[in-house]
Amino acid sequence: MIRNSPDTGPLLEMENVSVNFPVKGPYPFSKKRWIQAVTNVSLQVSEGETFGIVGESGCGKTTLANAMIGMVRPTAGTVRFQGVDLYSLKPQVFREARREMQMIFQDPFSSLNPRFSVYEIIREPLYIRGQASETAMKAKVLELLKLVGLDEDDMYRYPSDFSGGQRQRIGIARAIILNPRFLVCDEPVSALDVSVHAQILNLLMDIQKSRHLTYVFVSHNLAVVKNICQNMVVMYLGTIMESGSSDAIFANPLHPYTKALLSAVLDIDVTKPRDRILLKGDTPSPIDPPPGCRFWQRCPSAMKGCATIPAKLAEVEPGHPVACHLISGFSPQQVADGLHEPVSPKSGG
Amino acid sequence: MSRPNVLLQVAQRGGSLVSFVRKLWQHPQGRLGLILAGWLVLVAILAPILAPYDPYDVTQRAAKGLRPSWQHPLGTTTTTGQDIFSMLIYGSRVSLMIGIGTGVALAFLGALMGVMAGYLGGFVDNLIMRVVDVMLVIPTLPLIIVLTSLLGRSYFVIVLVFVIFGWTGLARVIRSLVLVLKNSNYVKAAELAGASRWYIMTKHILPGTSHLIIMNTALTSAGIMVAEAGLSFLGLGDPTAISWGKMLAEAQGGGALLFGAWWWIIAPGIGIFLSVFSFMRIGIVIEEVFNPRMKASSSIYKLFKHLNNTYLDEVFRSMEEEETLVREPPDRSNAPTPEGCHG
Ligand SMILES: Nc1ncnc2c1ncn2[C@@H]1O[C@H](COP(=O)(O)OP(=O)(O)OP(=O)(O)O)[C@@H](O)[C@H]1O
Ligand code: SF4
Ligand SMILES: [Mg+2]
Repeated sequence: MIRNSPDTGPLLEMENVSVNFPVKGPYPFSKKRWIQAVTNVSLQVSEGETFGIVGESGCGKTTLANAMIGMVRPTAGTVRFQGVDLYSLKPQVFREARREMQMIFQDPFSSLNPRFSVYEIIREPLYIRGQASETAMKAKVLELLKLVGLDEDDMYRYPSDFSGGQRQRIGIARAIILNPRFLVCDEPVSALDVSVHAQILNLLMDIQKSRHLTYVFVSHNLAVVKNICQNMVVMYLGTIMESGSSDAIFANPLHPYTKALLSAVLDIDVTKPRDRILLKGDTPSPIDPPPGCRFWQRCPSAMKGCATIPAKLAEVEPGHPVACHLISGFSPQQVADGLHEPVSPKSGG
Repeated sequence: MSRPNVLLQVAQRGGSLVSFVRKLWQHPQGRLGLILAGWLVLVAILAPILAPYDPYDVTQRAAKGLRPSWQHPLGTTTTTGQDIFSMLIYGSRVSLMIGIGTGVALAFLGALMGVMAGYLGGFVDNLIMRVVDVMLVIPTLPLIIVLTSLLGRSYFVIVLVFVIFGWTGLARVIRSLVLVLKNSNYVKAAELAGASRWYIMTKHILPGTSHLIIMNTALTSAGIMVAEAGLSFLGLGDPTAISWGKMLAEAQGGGALLFGAWWWIIAPGIGIFLSVFSFMRIGIVIEEVFNPRMKASSSIYKLFKHLNNTYLDEVFRSMEEEETLVREPPDRSNAPTPEGCHG
């Protein structure tokens, strides 16, 4: 793989990516239905940054992350890594092109094979590449063990001997042994005890600094994203609701969903009265969602047109697009039809 | 992974076979299993030397129906006067061969089909699972009757039929486990590092199903020995050979119970029991050697418990424990807390 110089474009670029999963119908030969896990997502991750993906559980974050690194073939759209369209490559070249991408998994308990020793787990990527000798691999594993804060003695122990946080460290060592440039962290701490969150995050940040990595950081924890991400997208039911630099989004959230999320989490200033926006209902099913704004059933400021007319991403300020009719407005014709009227009077609750 | 590499690995594995057996030996259960199985095999091999009489000699009309004595440790048969002790020794040859042969062949075929169906998916999966469906509804016993009358009553035919119709159950179980394993994150991590399907199948998927395969081999080996007895009962066994199963059938036919010759029935029973017992011990220990750190929660133990329902007992017990945990707090809140007493 020829490395493009950093200034020729983003390291990773997704264009109108959609991922659908078929669901079995209630009876054979019934009309095929689709889970629209990710719909029409475009984003760019530039070299060296930490890019956040935020959203509720089940909104398609993992699916999107998998599509980025070539683990899930998108139904539509293109994914370009270093300017190369990943999914148009032949399998052999594809494997080569992907060698600089790695992932840290959400669940540290299912991400390590219980039958492998720590040494076998960490060296596995090198072993698969098959170019390093046993002694070279051992030295490398030892170096990484120290880096992630584990002992030399841990090398021949098995995953069941370790706590969640330690397992995640093992997973991190495995992910960086091939010196990747691009690392997807899929909620690396959400399955862990709160007390070790900071340690793991600090470790990740140290590694990023010392190895000049680009991170995509998936999370549903807004405070974490605020602290470590430069740019981010907010997802809801498979679509991007708002994107931009995290400074801009946290300072000036524009989408009703983002506002609700922020009001629920970032109540650090206890002196101010809390005016939390409570969302009614649950996340609707991602199977065959309605054509309009995906958020309309739960949106506190939904308008009559929201259910039927798709909300397109529109830039409010440079580099801060938002998908909401409140921002982009309706056309004069639609306004004349009364589509901009609120669905029901809201009482702020 | 390229071919030479694979061969290299196989060679390295071969080299570690010695250490593998040593590990089995170091485990008390494994040692017991190895000693028993080794002893049985030795008896089978040395049968001509060990047996005091020719078990095939059916001409001893004068020695019919003798009770156990120093000349005939287990007496003789009531019908033809064969020495039962010699039959027992010779019977180990056929019984062990049928048991182990069928068990291993069945495990191999079942594992291969199950892993292929589960891991490759798509067309291969559909094909294999349709074959399994068809096999499951074909009744085995009538088929054996038909086939043995067509192809002759050789043990080879019987083993073949057992294998061809026995792999389906194992294949189904393994397939469903493979479906889980193949979506696990460690397989994903290996794929991300560029692992080939062959690598993932041999390194992650197949070892992940080892407990099922080992368990199945031990169980079917035992089961087939008993099934062979059943076939012999029905007169479908090889008429010229002596096996434990056939001894049981002959004991029944010769009126062993009628004559009070219980040793005639017990002897082959003990033979079958000892083989089953040793296979099981070895199976458990192999599983432990493969999964050094899964001892306490060893899946094969769970399977074992499953078989005699103690597993369910455990589940119920844990449920009860949970209930008492839930019930406890209100009691405590009524009673004065220790802190309250001291403070
Ligand atoms: N392989 C699959 N087959 C079918 N449906 C899938 C598959 N993977 C994910 N989905 C569905 O796609 C949707 C998005 O799932 P995804 O795992 O991407 O969510 P997530 O945002 O990562 O959630 P969480 O925060 O719980 O990890 C879910 O409704 C899920 O059921
Ligand atoms: S488009 Fe309508 S429903 Fe969607 S977020 Fe904006 S106001 Fe709410
Ligand atoms: Mg996820």
